[in-house]
Amino acid sequence: MIRRAIRFLDQRSGSAPLLRKSLRYLFPDHWSFLLGEVALYAFIVLVATGVYLTFFFDPSTAKEVYHGPYAPLRGFHMSHAYKSVLDISFTVKAGLLIRQTHHWAADVFVAAIVVHLLRIFFTGAYRKPRELTYVIGVLMLFITLLEGYLGYSMADDLLSGMGLAIGYSVALSIPLLGANLALLIWGHPFPGDPSFWSRMYVAHVFILPVVIGTLMFLHLALVASRHHTQFRRQARQTERRLVGVPAFPAQAPRSLGLLAAVAAVLFLLGGLVQINPVWQWGPYTPSLGTNGAQPDWYLGWLIGGMRLVPHFDVTLGKYTLIPNPFWGGALFPLSVLVALVSWPWLERRLTGDHAAHNVLDRPRDAPTRTAIGAGFFTWVLLVFVAGSADRVTVAFGLSYPAQIWVFRVLVVVAPIVVFLLVRRVCRELHQAELIERDRERAEAEARQAAGARAPRPA
Amino acid sequence: MTLSRLRARALGRPGRRVIWALAATVALGGGVAEAQPPIGIVRPAHEQGQPLSLLGRELYAGNCASCHGIDGRGVGSLAPQRGVGAVKGLGPSLRGVGALAADFYLRTGRMPLERSGKQASRQGPQFNEREIEALVAYVASLGQGPPVPQPHPERGSVAAGLHLFTEHCAGCHQVAGEGGVLTGARVPLVKHSSPAQIAEAVRIGPFLMPRFSRRQISDRQLDSIIAYVRLADAPVDRGGWGIGHLGPIPEGMVTWLIAVVLLVGVCVLLGRRLS
Ligand code: HEC
Ligand code: HEC
Repeated sequence: MIRRAIRFLDQRSGSAPLLRKSLRYLFPDHWSFLLGEVALYAFIVLVATGVYLTFFFDPSTAKEVYHGPYAPLRGFHMSHAYKSVLDISFTVKAGLLIRQTHHWAADVFVAAIVVHLLRIFFTGAYRKPRELTYVIGVLMLFITLLEGYLGYSMADDLLSGMGLAIGYSVALSIPLLGANLALLIWGHPFPGDPSFWSRMYVAHVFILPVVIGTLMFLHLALVASRHHTQFRRQARQTERRLVGVPAFPAQAPRSLGLLAAVAAVLFLLGGLVQINPVWQWGPYTPSLGTNGAQPDWYLGWLIGGMRLVPHFDVTLGKYTLIPNPFWGGALFPLSVLVALVSWPWLERRLTGDHAAHNVLDRPRDAPTRTAIGAGFFTWVLLVFVAGSADRVTVAFGLSYPAQIWVFRVLVVVAPIVVFLLVRRVCRELHQAELIERDRERAEAEARQAAGARAPRPA
Repeated sequence: MTLSRLRARALGRPGRRVIWALAATVALGGGVAEAQPPIGIVRPAHEQGQPLSLLGRELYAGNCASCHGIDGRGVGSLAPQRGVGAVKGLGPSLRGVGALAADFYLRTGRMPLERSGKQASRQGPQFNEREIEALVAYVASLGQGPPVPQPHPERGSVAAGLHLFTEHCAGCHQVAGEGGVLTGARVPLVKHSSPAQIAEAVRIGPFLMPRFSRRQISDRQLDSIIAYVRLADAPVDRGGWGIGHLGPIPEGMVTWLIAVVLLVGVCVLLGRRLS
């Protein structure tokens, strides 16, 4: 049956050689290579649930009065956009489940990309000939942040409105370009004109998903064409030797199982754990606000950045050249992006290693890289954590200004300390291994020598 | 390091023993001093038999007069001191604040304050019911002031309340009443306040909170606000586990601590070596 179907396809498309090749593709046999797949499957869930949501979401700012089933909002004036999200949550069949799953999938998608990035970074998988794969990956991460931000903003509830207000102030703060850029995107000073909503909508449901999908395809095509990297399994494994398990029958069931697991976790979260209960926040009006408004976690580091930068504006006479939000909200993420993208070339400069690498380093094999990475990610992590200092104050009573000052110091000191510490640990581990290897070799030699001298048993 | 190992070490080196003992004394002593308000509650000897009016006067003299003055006119500070909120000095005048303010500050455990210059924090009341009654009556007798309010949240509308709350209160107290941070103050949760306490707080404006007059928020509107706060205490969690109604921060924690941990675990299991 299957055989016949394949023959049918092959006779009409000539695809059998390709199929055979891909079934024989060798996958590296290590769990950490599955992390990127988690992101891929979260993306699939995102698209599937997102399509369902587009059937019911209405990206319009026209106002109406709410008469729906959620009593506390009856009589409120609200946009069609917010109203349609309420309807998705309260009246559409499986609407809330799909909406929550979509949101959880977004949160998990970005988290999976980050974990995958950490694996790539600390094993040196981005080295020649895979720099392009890596750069596309980093770009995808940042485009995804924008995509998530738009999705969060479209619901037009109190939190999303405040998020947009912050985004607007960051856009405005960009020197020289800011005012024009903000006007270009919003079409009118905040909250913008109605076409801003259709712009957001088209970007969120069409342009950015297509861009991400295309980049993802390129990313995977490049991975396959250069082949996966792999860990060193044998002592003298060369850069050219491939070891691993074939796509079929080894890797395919694994991947299918992972797809099922990702979907299961996301739908379970969607059904059991409440995410962004927009009905509790109420609709947005520019005059309203709430304490402690936060973006989704993956933008928390920008809030942290804006909180940690001391309050100053760069002014010239009466004019504000660079308003404060620029540093934390624009320059900080931009420098993280630039640092990540340029790292492969930077490392090549530092080490003078221009060779191609198919075999991965373990973190300890490259102490300086591992230490720089650990310091760098500690830096970003600390800024990220500082973004929720206000909740720490409410929950544990620690003084807010004191926390901010502690973080300001930590952000400078901790990366250096982590760098030194991690480099030390890596070097020690590496040394210990070398010593161990030498001893084993010496023992083996001694045994051989002893064996040669001893008379052969008859 | 476990305690026994600590002790073993301390005993092992006699020279250090003294230092450990000293450190322990200082730490313990410091802890106790921190835990207890510098002014314990002073109670008259035969409290039960005393009539309320006398009890109120004595409790006031013993616990409140040092900051609010023996005649309730307040105590200006001798040395210039940073004020608490709008208050300069040790404590404001209580003449005319009425039963309303006394009831709020005593039932939320804010008074007697530990020391001036610090934001009062909500805690269990520091007096028993009879003592509170006596003190409230005494403070009310110091001048003409508003009585303890009797709100009727059942007459209010939750929808109007949500709107009023986001307009007047959410900027400090967070939409779901979960509290937050202001420059110079911690903003408490409002969910745990009783209807009367909410009404009182709105009319007093404790610490950095603004005072709302009847013109700004009518009693009718106040009923609606209270009705909404009651809803916020038990919100409609249609989506499942509410994770604190704070939005993104707990959501991010669920993402990393539950979803990512689970999925990495799945990767490790599925990725066990085949070759
Ligand atoms: C250590 C000094 C101190 C002590 C002791 C103290 N208070 Fe106060 N009290 C203050 C300060 C300071 C304020 C203003 C605080 C604020 O607004 O949060 C205040 C405010 C008040 C208010 C509100 C006044 C207004 O304008 O609305 C009342 C009522 C009150 N105290 C009653 C009492 C009573 C009753 C006691 C005794 C059981 C007491 N206080 C003990 C310092 C003190
Ligand atoms: C400018 C910020 C601000 C606004 C606006 C505000 N509050 Fe407050 N509120 C505070 C602060 C700060 C406190 C804590 C006062 C203290 O510690 O003595 C507080 C305390 C309270 C309390 C007492 C809670 C407790 O712990 O006992 C209640 C109830 C309350 N507010 C209700 C409201 C309501 C209702 C509104 C809207 C009508 C409102 N607040 C508006 C800042 C604010």
